[in-house]
Amino acid sequence: MNGVHDMGGMHGFGPVVAEADEPVFHAEWERRAFALTLAAGFLGEWNIDMSRFAREQMPPAESLGASYYEHWLWGLEHLLVARGLLTREELEARVAVLRRAQTR
Amino acid sequence: MSGGHGHDHDDEYTAPLGETQLRVKALESLLTEKGLVDPQALAALIDLYETRVGPRNGARVVARAWVDPAYRKRLLDNASAAIAEFGFTGRQGEDMVVLENTPRVHNMVVCTLCSCYPWPVLGLPPVWYKSPPYRSRAVLDPRGVLKEFGVALADDVEVRVWDSTAEVRYLVLPERPPGTEGLHEDELAALVTRDSMIGVGRPKAPERRPR
Repeated sequence: MNGVHDMGGMHGFGPVVAEADEPVFHAEWERRAFALTLAAGFLGEWNIDMSRFAREQMPPAESLGASYYEHWLWGLEHLLVARGLLTREELEARVAVLRRAQTR
Repeated sequence: MSGGHGHDHDDEYTAPLGETQLRVKALESLLTEKGLVDPQALAALIDLYETRVGPRNGARVVARAWVDPAYRKRLLDNASAAIAEFGFTGRQGEDMVVLENTPRVHNMVVCTLCSCYPWPVLGLPPVWYKSPPYRSRAVLDPRGVLKEFGVALADDVEVRVWDSTAEVRYLVLPERPPGTEGLHEDELAALVTRDSMIGVGRPKAPERRPR
């Protein structure tokens, strides 16, 4: 199945820009998203192909505008919900609680 | 920055969290409460991939191959086993293939579909490796991409581009730089760059020519 993730040979993305002395992670949330994905993988509810496929289900326009660990986060949420480990409702409710907590 | 709590205080206290940061926080709190992830495991995973596993591992493999012809042969015949001799094993590197650069052939590695990369020997991939420009152009215009990385190849050098998969991961064995005949294995390893093992760079030149 092709899709926006299948980028080999596409035109128009511009030059490759390499960052000098690049850190492994660029923000704390990237560390957390990375580790959560690996740790949740140890639950054995999915394999590497399923997690990649999950990331590829992100809507194309959204996917092209998202960063690497945003893809990971999207895929992880998708898998957790699909496997019944989490409901979409409880996740959105927790996001809402955290958002309110910081604007008070 | 850590303030002794393992948190980034700039993020935590002085600026409101962005939507992505909120979602990560929400997910972590829920998964922890449900007992699906162990906070200590998260810390251990971050430490492992941020500070312990990285391109210095691959550099040791390359340097060994430069000084030990028997090891080089094992590495080219069965890379996974030869790399495991160093204890470099584990996820995203279970099935390794080593590609040898020669005066006639230059190898370079990409993952056009996502970000497949040999974690046990190189650590986590840099952003440019995962980015649309590299993934799209490495297979379309490899010589152009190499030029941007400062690698100019003669026209008669064949370029082979290897597209990684979830199963097979590649490590480039770059050519040993000239003028390194007298160097020890550790000194050689210090010349081996991450980019040279992806095939978009060359090893560093020795600082002084050994006599």
